[in-house]
This record gives sequence, structure tokens and C-alpha cells, in this order.
Amino acid sequence: MSIDVKFFASLREQIGKSDIQIESTDSLTCAKIWAQVCNNAPLPSHILMAVNKEYAVQSAPVQDGDEVAFFPPVTGG
Amino acid sequence: MKIDITSNKFNPWIQLQTFEKNIIALHGKCGAVATFVGTMRDEGNTVQTMFLEHYPGMTEKYLQTFSETALQRWDILDTLIIHRVGEIQPGETIVLVAAWAKHRDSAFEACRFLIDTLKSRAPFWKRETLNDGIKWVEK
Repeated sequence: MSIDVKFFASLREQIGKSDIQIESTDSLTCAKIWAQVCNNAPLPSHILMAVNKEYAVQSAPVQDGDEVAFFPPVTGG
Repeated sequence: MKIDITSNKFNPWIQLQTFEKNIIALHGKCGAVATFVGTMRDEGNTVQTMFLEHYPGMTEKYLQTFSETALQRWDILDTLIIHRVGEIQPGETIVLVAAWAKHRDSAFEACRFLIDTLKSRAPFWKRETLNDGIKWVEK
């Protein structure tokens, strides 16, 4: 399956990419996607995530064609 | 209910006036409007400009959900949220939130709920350009 992974704000700058496509044959969760994209680096506890533009938890399952985003705490308003 | 994420500078007072004038449902029924206007401070020259990033699609979706929740939870007539993105100069408006109601309690509470949830949940990020470099605003 194919997943579109996005990064925002300071996290995008740290990772050096805003968008990565990943392919996998395993069942995936947000945490597994982070591990795959970030070479098994631990997922920092303050990082937020969303699946298809809805907030999600690390263990949230991800399906083929989903959009998964990782970003730092929000600072709008 | 209106949500607008804009890269254009806006005058919150003109926006409020225009919204009120155009929404027929408010005419004669509204007895109270509570507003919150957030502005980029101008504290000398430490912060030159600010850049606001958002997550297109997700930000709009969440602002819509917050507005729908406010309309269900309180006895209010309508809501308005306008938020800037992109480059912002000191003194410019960042956000406008308003709630129209028959009575003040609902208007105040809904307005407070909207700005508080926007600040804690809506995906926006601020980056400041300082005299000595660029810094993301951390919570």
C-alpha cells in the first residue's frame, strides 16, 4: 500500500522534506510510519499526528491511500 | 457561520460590520456580539516579522467543527472566524473571532470557546524573524 506522509513547521525543517510517499506490504500505524520514515528514531512525545486531516494517536491504523501528517504543537491565534 | 483563512491583511472592524450587514438572520434578533481580536505585538524591534503556516484542509475542517460545536452548545445566532497566514507585520491583526447571540452570556462563552479551541487545536504555526535569526514559536 501507498501512504502520503507530510511534515509541518519546525519538524519539516528538521526532517528536510514536506512530503514523502512510502510503500509497504505490512499493516501500518502512525508509529510504524514514523519509524520507517525516520530510520527508527523514537517519536518525540510532543509531536502531534493526523490521519486524513483528523487528529490521531500513535497506534491509529493507517490504510492504503491515507494521508498521515506529523507536526509540532500548534501556535496559532 | 463563516471561516476564512487569508494571506491578505484585514481590518477586523470592517469585517464585523460587513458580516453583520450581510447576514439577514442577525437583523433585529441579535442583542449581543462578543469579539476577540488578536494582534501581532510591536515591542520595539526584537521581532521584525512573523510567518504563519497552516495545514490546508485540516485547519479549515477543525475551525468548521469548532464553529458547529459552538452553535450546538450555546444559544447563539452565528459565528465568524478569520485567521491570517503567510507574512505578518507588527501591529497587524492575526485573528478575529466573533459570536452573535440574543444575550451576552452565550455570546461571551461561545467566543471564548472558539478562540481557546483555535489556539489549542487548530493546526497553525508561528515563525518569528528576529534581529539575530529565525525562530519557531514554541508552546
